[in-house]
Amino acid sequence: MSLDQATVARIAVLARIKLPEADREKMAKELSGILDWVEMLKELDTSKVEPMTSTVEMVLPQRADKVTDGGYPAAILANATEPVRISNTEEAGGFFTVPKVVE
Amino acid sequence: MIIEGKTGNWELVIGLEVHAQVVSNAKLFSGSSAAFGAEPNTQVSFVDAAFPGMLPVINAFCVEQAIKTGLGIEATINEVSVFDRKNYFYADLPQGYQISQFTRPIVSGGRLVLDLPGGKTREIGVTRLHMEQDAGKSIHDQHPSKSYIDLNRSGVCLMEIVSEPEIRTPEEAGAYLKKLRAILRYLGTCDGNMEEGSMRCDANVSVRRVGTTEFGTRCEIKNVNSIRYVMQAIEYEATRQVELIEDGGTVKQETRLWDVSKGVTRSMRSKEHAHDYRYFPDPDLLPLVLDPKEIARIKAEMPELPDAKKARFVDQYKLTPYDASVLVAEKEQAAFFEEVAKGRKDPKLAANWVIVELFGALNKQGKDVTNSPVSAKALAGLLDLIENDTISGRIAKDVFQIMVETGKDAASIVEEKGLKQVTDTGAIDAAIAKVMAENEAKVAEYRAGKVTLFGWFVGQVMKGTGGKANPAKVNEILKAKLAG
Amino acid sequence: MAGIVELTLAQLRDGLRAKKFSAVEVADAYIGAVEKARDLNAFIVETPDLAREQAKAADARLAKGEGRDLEGVPLGIKDLFCTKGVQTTAASKILKGYVPQYESTVTSNLFGAGATMLGKLNLDEFAMGSANITSHFGNVKNPWKRKDGKDLVPGGSSGGSAAAVAARIVAGATGTDTGGSIRQPASLTGIVGLKPTYGRCSRWGIVAFASSLDQAGPMARDVRDAAILLKAMAGHDPKDSTSVPRPVPDYEKALTGNVKGLRFGIPKEYRIDGMPAEIEKLWQQGIEWLKAAGATPVEISLPHTKYALPTYYIIAPAEASSNLARYDGVRYGLRVPGSSLDEMYENTRAEGFGAEVRRRILIGTYVLSAGYYDAYYLKAQKVRTLIFQDFQKAWEQCDVILTPATPSAAFAIGENQDDPLSMYLQDVFTVPVNLAGLPGLSVPAGLSAEGLPLGLQLIGKPFDEETLLRVGGVVETAANFTARPGA
Repeated sequence: MSLDQATVARIAVLARIKLPEADREKMAKELSGILDWVEMLKELDTSKVEPMTSTVEMVLPQRADKVTDGGYPAAILANATEPVRISNTEEAGGFFTVPKVVE
Repeated sequence: MIIEGKTGNWELVIGLEVHAQVVSNAKLFSGSSAAFGAEPNTQVSFVDAAFPGMLPVINAFCVEQAIKTGLGIEATINEVSVFDRKNYFYADLPQGYQISQFTRPIVSGGRLVLDLPGGKTREIGVTRLHMEQDAGKSIHDQHPSKSYIDLNRSGVCLMEIVSEPEIRTPEEAGAYLKKLRAILRYLGTCDGNMEEGSMRCDANVSVRRVGTTEFGTRCEIKNVNSIRYVMQAIEYEATRQVELIEDGGTVKQETRLWDVSKGVTRSMRSKEHAHDYRYFPDPDLLPLVLDPKEIARIKAEMPELPDAKKARFVDQYKLTPYDASVLVAEKEQAAFFEEVAKGRKDPKLAANWVIVELFGALNKQGKDVTNSPVSAKALAGLLDLIENDTISGRIAKDVFQIMVETGKDAASIVEEKGLKQVTDTGAIDAAIAKVMAENEAKVAEYRAGKVTLFGWFVGQVMKGTGGKANPAKVNEILKAKLAG
Repeated sequence: MAGIVELTLAQLRDGLRAKKFSAVEVADAYIGAVEKARDLNAFIVETPDLAREQAKAADARLAKGEGRDLEGVPLGIKDLFCTKGVQTTAASKILKGYVPQYESTVTSNLFGAGATMLGKLNLDEFAMGSANITSHFGNVKNPWKRKDGKDLVPGGSSGGSAAAVAARIVAGATGTDTGGSIRQPASLTGIVGLKPTYGRCSRWGIVAFASSLDQAGPMARDVRDAAILLKAMAGHDPKDSTSVPRPVPDYEKALTGNVKGLRFGIPKEYRIDGMPAEIEKLWQQGIEWLKAAGATPVEISLPHTKYALPTYYIIAPAEASSNLARYDGVRYGLRVPGSSLDEMYENTRAEGFGAEVRRRILIGTYVLSAGYYDAYYLKAQKVRTLIFQDFQKAWEQCDVILTPATPSAAFAIGENQDDPLSMYLQDVFTVPVNLAGLPGLSVPAGLSAEGLPLGLQLIGKPFDEETLLRVGGVVETAANFTARPGA
């Protein structure tokens, strides 16, 4: 399975990783190498096999509907680039900011 | 609705996707508050903001709410369902994926019965209901070059409820949303408030020539925030598509936004990227396995829902299907009616008063039964006075008006204003005698055969008693006196 | 007191309890050792002040006779565990400067048992690698040297942890293992590394690589130390939906040295083509040791072994591509400006992620994308079932499985780097264990012709870390591995 450069460019957009045109060929080659290698799985007949998502043999645990978390906007915003705080107190709300989105 | 185009008739094919925010204390996968309206990012945990190493743990009550809703639309509750990740990048989607249910939803195959004008009904299939996380909120009008992000809503539990593409008119779409909202409110699983965004609707709209069966290319209209707008948007969009096709164009499958101010739909620029959501089972969660006993318990505790209530109202109170459907549209309305109608020999009178007088008055004041100035008990008091002939229906309307304005009860208003119906034949006799004495010529005309004057005499007598005379008594005595 | 750093964790613990030295003295000795070994580049951040402060608190507890299991024991923490108030980077530029406001469950458990922290240990970026050469903060050197004197890799991804334990600059360390990231570096540095059963240690607060495979575990100087550390790290955590609610046994008590009557499986499929003779020989030696101790070897078959690596290289990148989507420059970590939101994402992620991470995100994105999901991801999940079933069948015949830990001894920086695949082969013996969610233990067992350590791997039944440690202890005793790096 060999990937062409257009496909690599499309995946890079999906993954939101800028991939300059000059790097596409090399990346396409590397990814194709890996994909060629995993082709070996096709040897196996898995038509009657259930897929495995987790090895944990238990049912999904559930928690009670109680408010036990949140309420610390200062910590939430502490590592952000250019956050906007409503005021400087610990409890005050605030926003993350990103380049303007046009809908 | 059929659109008459230049080249023929077109029918609409509509499917609705409703996102209903689940009523719960905490979020679907984290312990932060799901309450509405707090300061930005104050109801956010490290899980909701997708900090490194954070993991989801499901809220049992949200699961119960989804089951309840599934039972409410008479659907199949799937004992095993799976949470998948829906991968895409957006500023208010912190994880870079939404935890949702794709291949195996918790609920599948339900139905909704639409109440249509004239008491008609139509059944629409519900394909599925699944649970998922809400995203945060992007605010675009606070800064010239930045969007602001508030994650308070990020992680709140949503139920996505998807209809079959069986809806054919904007009115049906409206009826679908009203019925769904009523069920959600009856169950207390979602407050159904479209303006605040706790119930949101995306409409998939396409058109096809009448008589054909294949689907046309559809457009998805996103997040329209009232039932009326949904109906308007569908109508606009369908007409746009017909005109486009008839002018030789083709409909492009896309996401469109309803522009309230212009009354049009327009293409959404931010959704231009071709989507490839790369769904896969969330490895942080295991399959959700439900205990059949738990489902049975929830089923046993289900309240009476609108359709059942409507049938009961028709049966028990002999209401018309239309009146019954109006009353059951809101749980509180139905309860109000039942309190007024309780033990009454003429429940239809109660229905009329609730629907016509009360709803009319509430409408004027922008209120509803939950904050009505006239309580169910007070209205029942008024109807008691009508039924025991204390006041006439006409006087009752005046009394009701005073009740709405003052909040006083009917009996004391009647007492205060001396509105008690006159049933004392002596007083009625005197009033009749007075009218006859003052209008001898008319009495003569009547007696000469002009019986149509009877109504005029009744009016004069009622006037003479300030409207308080019992109309039946007046009729009876007047007839005898005029006969001579 | 230079002798302090020579003590095993168990000896250190006992010495602290017996008040032979104070926790502060221990901390100072280790802080000095860390400073002297900076050439290894084992640490991304050193936290000497924190270590001393914790040591003072430990001394106060010890004075009152309230010392807990690890009171005053200085550890290194892989920089994949979020530590409150201490920079956590996953060795990535995208998280440089990121300071968590919360503590991972595993480190919280360790501190709750009285451990102190010397700093955050280097690793492959986002734990993706087998040589610790993908870290944004530079390569880690293996304290062991080959005869040609070239710098060697410590293995990866827990390379900083392995190097630090081997160089005796920490009493023990945490690691994480997604495809071999504890066991392979342990083998390449002559230490003990234990990957517990999936679900044994909480993943909460550990930067995720591949959620269905990631598992934290101890890296230690000997089997006993690993047992002590595991007891402190493990336990049910309601914040992790895949954490299993089982009581944590006293693993140290399992080290009875008695393996009489135990059946150990020898999977024939692990005799791979081109396996170096010295690895084959070591494996044979291991079989003889266990036989001599009274255990019985059983030839077993794990027929889908050769499919494990390709399966892993679909599942792990797929999960990673999604897990790493959160590093988008919005809420924390690096942001590289762009004229639009998408451009900001693309710039940030291109500059923030290193080449190997980018490669795996792209592979993972591809195998999940429309039209390829069934052929790759779904197929891999089905093969994973077959691999899981291989082991289930094996347990009908044996109690534990013995294999080599790695296909070679440590290699030099620059070797195995011609293409990504040659590096991926490093994990050929370890990856099936992660896919099946089983516990695996790497024990140093001998030296290569070049004088480098080689390890044997033991694979156990789910949640049977006790048997694993017991058998590991027997191998350790028999091997009598006393060689030291730089000696």
